[in-house]
Amino acid sequence: MIELQGCMKDFNQGGVNEVRALDQLSLTIDDGDFVTVIGSNGAGKSTLLNAIAGGFSLDAGRIVINGRDVTRWPEYRRAALIARVFQDPLLGTCPSATIEQNMALAARRGQRRGLGPGVRIRDRQRFSEELARIGLGLEKRLQDRVGLLSGGQRQALTMVMATLVRPEVLLLDEHIAALDPKTARQILELTREIIADQGLTSLMITHNMRHALTLGNRLIMMHQGRIILDVGGEEKRRLGVEDLLEQFYLIQGEALANDSMLLA
Amino acid sequence: MTVYAALGALEQGLVYGIMVVGVYLTFRILDFPDLTVDGSLPLGAAISAVAITGGLSPYLALFFAGCGGFAAGAVTALLNTKFKILHLLASILTMIALYSINIRIMGGPNIALIGSPTVFDPVVALGVPAHLAGLVVFAWSAGIVMAVLVWFLKTAFGQALMATGDNPQMITSQGVNTHVVIIVGVGLSNGLVALSGALVAQNQGAADVGMGIGTIIAGLASVIIGETVFGAHSIVRAVIAVVLGSVLYRFAIALALSLEIGGFSFSPSDLNLITALLVIGALIAPQLRQKMRFR
Ligand SMILES: Nc1ncnc2c1ncn2[C@@H]1O[C@H](COP(=O)(O)OP(=O)(O)OP(=O)(O)O)[C@@H](O)[C@H]1O
Ligand SMILES: [Mg+2]
Repeated sequence: MIELQGCMKDFNQGGVNEVRALDQLSLTIDDGDFVTVIGSNGAGKSTLLNAIAGGFSLDAGRIVINGRDVTRWPEYRRAALIARVFQDPLLGTCPSATIEQNMALAARRGQRRGLGPGVRIRDRQRFSEELARIGLGLEKRLQDRVGLLSGGQRQALTMVMATLVRPEVLLLDEHIAALDPKTARQILELTREIIADQGLTSLMITHNMRHALTLGNRLIMMHQGRIILDVGGEEKRRLGVEDLLEQFYLIQGEALANDSMLLA
Repeated sequence: MTVYAALGALEQGLVYGIMVVGVYLTFRILDFPDLTVDGSLPLGAAISAVAITGGLSPYLALFFAGCGGFAAGAVTALLNTKFKILHLLASILTMIALYSINIRIMGGPNIALIGSPTVFDPVVALGVPAHLAGLVVFAWSAGIVMAVLVWFLKTAFGQALMATGDNPQMITSQGVNTHVVIIVGVGLSNGLVALSGALVAQNQGAADVGMGIGTIIAGLASVIIGETVFGAHSIVRAVIAVVLGSVLYRFAIALALSLEIGGFSFSPSDLNLITALLVIGALIAPQLRQKMRFR
């Protein structure tokens, strides 16, 4: 279970371009929940995931993951519990290391790294099995540098790497946004499979309303650092793209109305 | 070039090759441009000289020199990681501070080792001619350093170190504290540089506070020459390449110094200029080649 309580984050505090990226945000996510996150640009979605992963420290609030208060844990320590896949396929892997070296790095997520061999023989077997499952032929290229792979192949590899050590939380930040439609579909299917197989607790940011509705068992919409819509279960299943868009424009309209009130 | 000069160049190429491996570790693998080396090379020389004149074994002197270099590198890395000082600036600060520290250690700007025991004595005792003893010891030391570094970079920790230079965000989200890795990496690099300085001091029979000037430029020149001439497609290849690059670099210098065009010849004080031109040339050569291709 992930609990966020009263999370606050201001960027450029005190400056002219101060933004409240998280505004008194509270959220409880149950074990095995697969939450899709939507909202307009700058709504605070990435900031929310970053707050959970520990990319910065909160101005106020608390984050508890499965009973452990991680609010003061640095990012590298939280990595023992959390796996991430970023929008930029380049961010999730090391280009000058080989596929098996990258996988070996991920297979030790959250563990001590000593002076034993980086890639062990018995790892190789497991790595090629894991890669064979995604059907891209990467299992035959264990010794190839990752820099040689396409963006889609790198993102697929990153997905596999994210779950070599079962994470207590999986964070996906628009992880298919940079891919062509066909590859995007493949990676999305892979995501669905991996999350279902392992029953992972996950958050996935997307700008695609259909994906947000068809994937996962819960949906949240963010606006100006707050959660303005939170639907789950049956209610989510009944929701259509039109309903979501309506909500979206309602909020935006409100925001516009407020702005014009201010201007008037 | 005389045989004697060629032998000298090979000797220097190997002993400074250890320093070059250190520079390669920070500059290329960690992506951490580190100027501390200009101070940690004479630091190694100073510690080793003082240890030997103080009666310690010359091997122990090498060990302490390496530890001193590690500490110097760790200070630079701490300034950068914990206190957010730009790496270049942090390393210049340590380098400047080391100038004073080195004079304190030696009790003056230099110290002589004539007549003291050195790591070359046992080799001479084995019957190797004195003028070849340096070559033998340096070849051995460079070989060991290269082998250990290659082994280290293939360990789990070494792989995390390489990833830290390659993609810090990735390795952080794999649970690695990059600060610790950078401190260890820059420390190791300067440990090697200090070891190199200690060997040089034992060989030339003196340590001097000025002997580190231009170390970083010589190191960079060697790395770039080595990579360009021999390629750097794997760790093993790259580590061998940079040491060979160091040898080539010393040969180029020796050649330049022996050159005589009309009444003009280079003097040793022109070395820094020659090296700087060499590095500039190597840095802009790929760009020039690119431009030519687009013509
Ligand atoms: N490091 C930062 N420094 C300053 N401002 C930031 C920083 N990170 C985010 N912000 C600001 O915080 C707000 C929320 O940004 P965030 O990246 O969370 O939005 P998002 O919902 O992910 O948007 P998008 O859909 O465009 O990715 C924005 O106004 C953004 O400009
Ligand atoms: Mg975002």
